[in-house]
Amino acid sequence: MKYAFYPGCTQESTAEEFGSSSKAVCQKLGIELKEIPDWNCCGASSGHFLNDELTHALPGRNLAIAEKQGLDTLVVCAACYLRLRSTQREAKESPEFRKRLAELIDMPYEAKYEVKHLLDVVVNDLGLEEVSNRVKKPLKGLKLAAYYGCYLVRPPKIVAFDDPENPTTMDRLLESLGAEVVDWGGKVDCCGGSLVLSRTEIVLKLTGDLIKGARDAGAEAMVVACPMCHSNLDTRQSGKDRLPILYFTELMGLAFGIPKTDSWFKKHLVSPFNLLKSHDLI
Amino acid sequence: MQLTSVSVTKNESRQLKSDPLFREEVEALSGVNISRCYQCFTCTLGCPVAYAMDYRPNQIIRLCQLGLKDAVLGSSTIWICASCESCVTRCPNEIDIPHLMDTLHQIALREGVPPKEPAVPIFHRAFVEPIRRFGRQYEIMMTVLFILKARKFSFKDLRTNASLGLNMMKRRKLKLTPPLIKNLAAIEEIFEKAESGEQK
Repeated sequence: MKYAFYPGCTQESTAEEFGSSSKAVCQKLGIELKEIPDWNCCGASSGHFLNDELTHALPGRNLAIAEKQGLDTLVVCAACYLRLRSTQREAKESPEFRKRLAELIDMPYEAKYEVKHLLDVVVNDLGLEEVSNRVKKPLKGLKLAAYYGCYLVRPPKIVAFDDPENPTTMDRLLESLGAEVVDWGGKVDCCGGSLVLSRTEIVLKLTGDLIKGARDAGAEAMVVACPMCHSNLDTRQSGKDRLPILYFTELMGLAFGIPKTDSWFKKHLVSPFNLLKSHDLI
Repeated sequence: MQLTSVSVTKNESRQLKSDPLFREEVEALSGVNISRCYQCFTCTLGCPVAYAMDYRPNQIIRLCQLGLKDAVLGSSTIWICASCESCVTRCPNEIDIPHLMDTLHQIALREGVPPKEPAVPIFHRAFVEPIRRFGRQYEIMMTVLFILKARKFSFKDLRTNASLGLNMMKRRKLKLTPPLIKNLAAIEEIFEKAESGEQK
């Protein structure tokens, strides 16, 4: 399996541990990643807010370069995933859209290739047997809440690899690593996203509800696939009893016995070390 | 322009200016067919931030249908929407409310309507500035621009955010130097072309 890889800005900054764990896990699973040369930011939360053309031109440039590589694009950040896929879908459906996009980015783009999320590729294309075959250190006894948030599952017209109201892809993946997943009601609730600086108290309320929901269901940690959700959940918890927020790729790496996983976990503001030690996982 | 009487609460109604062309303008710009809404409230019931809005999402649709432009563009709703996509996922008439919200605040920005939640557009402008300059996000610049322009943080907020920033720097989660793509000219061109349609 070979993909054009779109890391996204956070993979080199606030979510560096998501980037390095994703790459390590892909290598282990034989998923070859060819980084899109000279990729740019997809515009994320703000392109679409300000300007309808910017919101497609920024992802469009990346997609057009990936098309020259002749490969489907693999994305790990949920927000980048929605932005790239949204542009790819519109381009596929409308010749007029393709024409205007080509003018904006000064490159042709035919939408010949797909945009996929790593979770979709691992669970649906590669299969969970391939995953469980590589588990060296099962995550036995670890109780986890899989949190999907918004853009992995919504809007279903654009992102459609799982059920928008009750997704199970991440739950099944975590189970195949040996962990115990809890059933809870917050799976697809919003964390408040980009309101974190402009209306911080809204994000504090929503993330507080999520953390309480996961805890009430018996979870010892929450698992995410979005750097924005991670940042909102991990960096703004207060009090002594904080819930670790982990990327699904970090747990895959841990279960696969990939060395130096502690360099990822050190990046978290809510340290997962005590939890992982209590289950003899680190 | 005509006056339309709108019930705000059970006991209060207001005379609001109605612009019959507004609905058509919104539908044309967004491509969203708001005429299909029959007020089932599904959008509002599932909206995680409806509690913080002055008009609920279903009310915004009704106001648009009635052409009550000033009420819509002056609302907090169009800025508070978190684009979580819950409403469009559940709407029985497939009305793309998050995209409609994008169109509405773009109209408000273009027409210079003072935003009821000024910090929100300041954040989004601060977010795209590093992309324009470097091709990728540069979080420190984005945050500093936001703080300077929004001027909403109290001393306590500033201290909280500064200590959070330091904690992130210690873990190398914030890069000190900006990222820079090679073909910056391509990004400049994209911004120039995309923004040429905007009027200040």
